[in-house]
Amino acid sequence: MAKAKGNIIIDIEKCKGCEICMDACPEDVIAMSKEVNNKGYLYAVKIEDSCTGCTNCALVCPDAVITVYREVKKKKEQVAKITNVTGNITVTVDK
Amino acid sequence: MSVESLEKIDTKVFERPTTLIDTEMHYCPGCGHGVAHRLIAEVIDELGIVEDTIGVAPVGCSVFAYNYIGVDFSQAAHGRASAVATGIKRVLPEKYVFSYQGDGDLAAIGTGETIHTCNRGENVLIIFINNGIYGMTGGQMAPTTLPSMKSTTSPFGRDTKSMGFPLKITELVAQLPGTYYVTRQSVHKPLNVRRAKKAIQKGFEYQKLNKGTCFIEIVSNCNSGWKMSPVESNKWMDEHMLAYYPLGDIKLPNDTEA
Ligand SMILES: Cc1ncc(C[n+]2csc(CCOP(=O)(O)OP(=O)(O)O)c2C)c(N)n1
Ligand code: SF4
Ligand SMILES: [Mg+2]
Repeated sequence: MAKAKGNIIIDIEKCKGCEICMDACPEDVIAMSKEVNNKGYLYAVKIEDSCTGCTNCALVCPDAVITVYREVKKKKEQVAKITNVTGNITVTVDK
Repeated sequence: MSVESLEKIDTKVFERPTTLIDTEMHYCPGCGHGVAHRLIAEVIDELGIVEDTIGVAPVGCSVFAYNYIGVDFSQAAHGRASAVATGIKRVLPEKYVFSYQGDGDLAAIGTGETIHTCNRGENVLIIFINNGIYGMTGGQMAPTTLPSMKSTTSPFGRDTKSMGFPLKITELVAQLPGTYYVTRQSVHKPLNVRRAKKAIQKGFEYQKLNKGTCFIEIVSNCNSGWKMSPVESNKWMDEHMLAYYPLGDIKLPNDTEA
């Protein structure tokens, strides 16, 4: 089965660089920055695209700086169904 | 003709709870207090009880809990949080009342208040953060400090001959008929965080039943006091703290009713 695709957004100014997220990530997506943030901490950065959106990093983050997204495949809503057309018709779909 | 197909949508699966006030917390990097605060905020959000919850903050590192968890709060003198929670709950029985206390607060100076609150079976939730040390004042020995564990007041390690044994106050209050739900959790790994959240949710939900005190211990780290990095302190906690303070439910509602 293909792995789920996810993404994380890190609030780098609130991050204190504890590295617990880095330790908790099973996909090694997170590393520490080379530069410090305004508070003087090295902060967590996303370095790989292999995030599965498992939320492990966010669950253990003591400062709640990580937001996690997961790509879900959703059936597109059926907006129109056209059957038995004999002549010319115009269909407009509001969106 | 059918216009059905698959669409890829990015769904937010985790975000900061709204009850956790959008500000920086003063805790040391990696401190478990932050996770515990967030879980309380998540549960309050999900149960929709932000207007109906009153917290009592302790003395200790979490003295400023009221700056972070966005519900009504009182702050108690050292060790007295469960007594203050008792008063609030008795005057406002329809509110969800919880205290949030460290081990120095709850199991040292506040031992009497803790035991009597539980023995009276007050309908409050006590959340107990056990990091085995007085974090705020610089890492002195607490009643919960492990045998041989070093602290600023046991620099050669806790000698149980002269300093006594770590107090398992959670097991102790579970013996009292006044407690309804007693459990020990941790917040150092994703699975543990999920379990701790479930426990906190139960603790709040049970309060509506008026069946007694709910008591949730969260074994936590104090990496500053333990003089370790956050990741090291969580590993040390896993190995040493959890060996003495095993995780799991100690008293379940069915046990009381049986
Ligand atoms: C009456 C009184 N005695 C002593 C103190 C000093 N004091 C402040 S915090 C604290 C211990 C806190 O330890 P704990 O409850 O374990 O919280 P932590 O900081 O570890 O989370 C002590 C002894 C005080 N503030 N008031
Ligand atoms: S001193 Fe210990 S308990 Fe207090 S904020 Fe720092 S790590 Fe947390
Ligand atoms: Mg403590």
